[in-house]
Amino acid sequence: MNNKQDIRVVVGMSGGVDSSVAALLLKQEGYDVVGIFMKNWDDTDEFGVCTATEDFDDVVRVCNQLDIPYYAVNFEKQYWDKVFTYFLDEYKAGRTPNPDVMCNKEIKFKAFLDHALSLGADYVATGHYARVRERNGRYELLRGVDDNKDQTYFLNQLTEDVLSKVMFPLGNMHKSEVRKIAKEHGLATATKKDSTGICFIGERNFKEFLSEYLPAQPGEMQTLNGVIKGQHDGLMYYTIGQRQGLGIGGAGEPWFVVGKNIKENILYVEQGDKNEYLYSDALIATDINWIHPDRVEDSFTCTAKFRYRQQDSPVTVTKIDDERVKVTFGERQRAITPGQAVVFYNGDVCLGGGTIDEILKRDQRLDYVG
Amino acid sequence: MEQIYLDHAATTPIHPLVLDTIYSVEKEVFGNPSSVHYFGRKARQLLDEARYDLAKSINAQEKEIIFTSGGTEADNLAILGTARANRHKGNHIITTLQEHHAVLHTVEQLEKEGFDVTYLPIAENGKVSVEAVSKALTDRTILVSIMYVNNETGVIQPIREISKNLKSHQAYFHTDGVQAFGLTDIDVAALGVDMLTVSSHKMNGPKGVGFLYAKENVKLSSLQFGGEQERRRRAGTENLSGIVGFQKAVELVKKERNERIEKYQGYKQQFLQILQEQNVEFRVNGDLDDSVASIVNISFPKTNVEALLTNFDLEGVAASSGSACTAGSVEPSHVLTAMYGKEHECTTNSIRFSFGLSNTSENIETAALRIAKIVNRLTSNKG
Repeated sequence: MNNKQDIRVVVGMSGGVDSSVAALLLKQEGYDVVGIFMKNWDDTDEFGVCTATEDFDDVVRVCNQLDIPYYAVNFEKQYWDKVFTYFLDEYKAGRTPNPDVMCNKEIKFKAFLDHALSLGADYVATGHYARVRERNGRYELLRGVDDNKDQTYFLNQLTEDVLSKVMFPLGNMHKSEVRKIAKEHGLATATKKDSTGICFIGERNFKEFLSEYLPAQPGEMQTLNGVIKGQHDGLMYYTIGQRQGLGIGGAGEPWFVVGKNIKENILYVEQGDKNEYLYSDALIATDINWIHPDRVEDSFTCTAKFRYRQQDSPVTVTKIDDERVKVTFGERQRAITPGQAVVFYNGDVCLGGGTIDEILKRDQRLDYVG
Repeated sequence: MEQIYLDHAATTPIHPLVLDTIYSVEKEVFGNPSSVHYFGRKARQLLDEARYDLAKSINAQEKEIIFTSGGTEADNLAILGTARANRHKGNHIITTLQEHHAVLHTVEQLEKEGFDVTYLPIAENGKVSVEAVSKALTDRTILVSIMYVNNETGVIQPIREISKNLKSHQAYFHTDGVQAFGLTDIDVAALGVDMLTVSSHKMNGPKGVGFLYAKENVKLSSLQFGGEQERRRRAGTENLSGIVGFQKAVELVKKERNERIEKYQGYKQQFLQILQEQNVEFRVNGDLDDSVASIVNISFPKTNVEALLTNFDLEGVAASSGSACTAGSVEPSHVLTAMYGKEHECTTNSIRFSFGLSNTSENIETAALRIAKIVNRLTSNKG
């Protein structure tokens, strides 16, 4: 398999500029490239119009420009069962889920990977900004070189076995270069706007979307001392550290969400950007995935991200069991949010990650966070 | 790698002689058949000859042929045209669950306009029951539309028997004969239908042309308005070269039909035999003994349409399935759903293979071996 034309790479194409350029680069390198569009969500309106149709049309145009075959595959059922159900369950539990992490784990690098392999693919490729490095037969996940676009945060649940079958052609590039290449080659998607937000919600109003699936239960907004500050529209609409949309007037510093009481349907708010209740010094994470489980010691230091695009912070990780760790912060952290991912790094190498489950301060669980 | 086409029910390659005909018409006769001068007359002459030949080919009169842009338009004209023109006689329409979408979506439109539609079920052998049609008739029924040959399974429907039972009823009987005409000798008088849809590109003619046969007494409102072409039933300048190409394709069909049937039947048997020899697990959907020679629909247990079709294409075999998968939306085949019921695995793992002029015994063998290899690979690791 030394000849690149004998290596089949199936590219997950979304109709966006990143995956278009990923396919272009692989084609230029001489691989046997096949483009596949995944349809994971049905938003067909009453006129039969659906955003997926337009995106697929873009995939078709780009693939025809590149002269590669293209197909579509439907994972609506898998997406609903594995990603959307999780998404709703987390909101029901008062947490702030990360569907992109779950989509990568269950759909793009599982259902899609399996589909690609059944088509005789040697690799799957996507337009993610991340890198895979092979050293001595071991596969590592590295940050994309574009700091601003690095997507390893969302890829923390990939296993080494999966990484051995993955290519990220954009990992060494900056977004501006990607746009430039797309323009130079006149790709149909060269000037297409990047998608923002959660894929299945798109440009729609988040609150409206969520209310179609979960009944909103308005309740009281209180300080931790029980002072009623107003009404909330439903706990699921708020996330820890949120400032906008609380509608608390009056003098003084702005108000922030610091926690939720699911049982009593109370949203906890406190005043001030630097309010003590927003801060914590450790967390417990579950669903831990280590990309190299054999290389992980019982306790070690590294850096971590608690949200996408956040700067790394030094932490000490202590294993509780195979699926859970305690993460102690080098310096206290603001607005750590249950349901979000915590992702670990050693330099450029992504070690893996998990889901933030409990927030701790001075070894006490901060029950008010939720 | 040789690309092998096993999708002749979707469309067919144009016959070289048809191509020559179209070319010479386009080159030599550009007049508008409605014009009153020499150029118009030349065009009109060709149009009339084509109309005569095509009418004769189904034992009809020339004035009973309405040229259209193809099968879909002919179906629309037959259904919308008669329903709207005969509403005073009743508002009930009978069709089946396995019709082509050109029929199904058209009667759905009529439902929105207040018509009642009865959708007859389909047996597991792929056929509608003759008795069910009779039972569904009411004195308000104005139209029965049942396809001659199903486009997914190739199963031939009991049109003649149904028409016998409709003789004494006011309802018009329309049949979509798009998949039948190339392989069945159709005599509209003997068949007893009032309307018949025929399409050119399914029998090695050009795309964009077809006709609706509408018996002389059929009352039909036009769907488009403009000039007086087609006896005011279909306004618009005729697609002359397409129509003459269509005429040529039908001439060739008439001449070669038996030979083609024998050949395609041979391909079908050869194809199934190779799958068997290669120990492929499969079952044929619909009654194999009562289907047209060119179509076979096969279910491959433990697979799915997307993986099959993509793999086939990557290995140079073009086939298709009734489940539409545009932009990744997979609708299970409505035809197989009608036969087996909802959620049945055959509705999502079945492929239609259809044979035609571009096939040879050699490329059928090659295709069957490629398919066997793919299916065996896909099923081997799934126990």
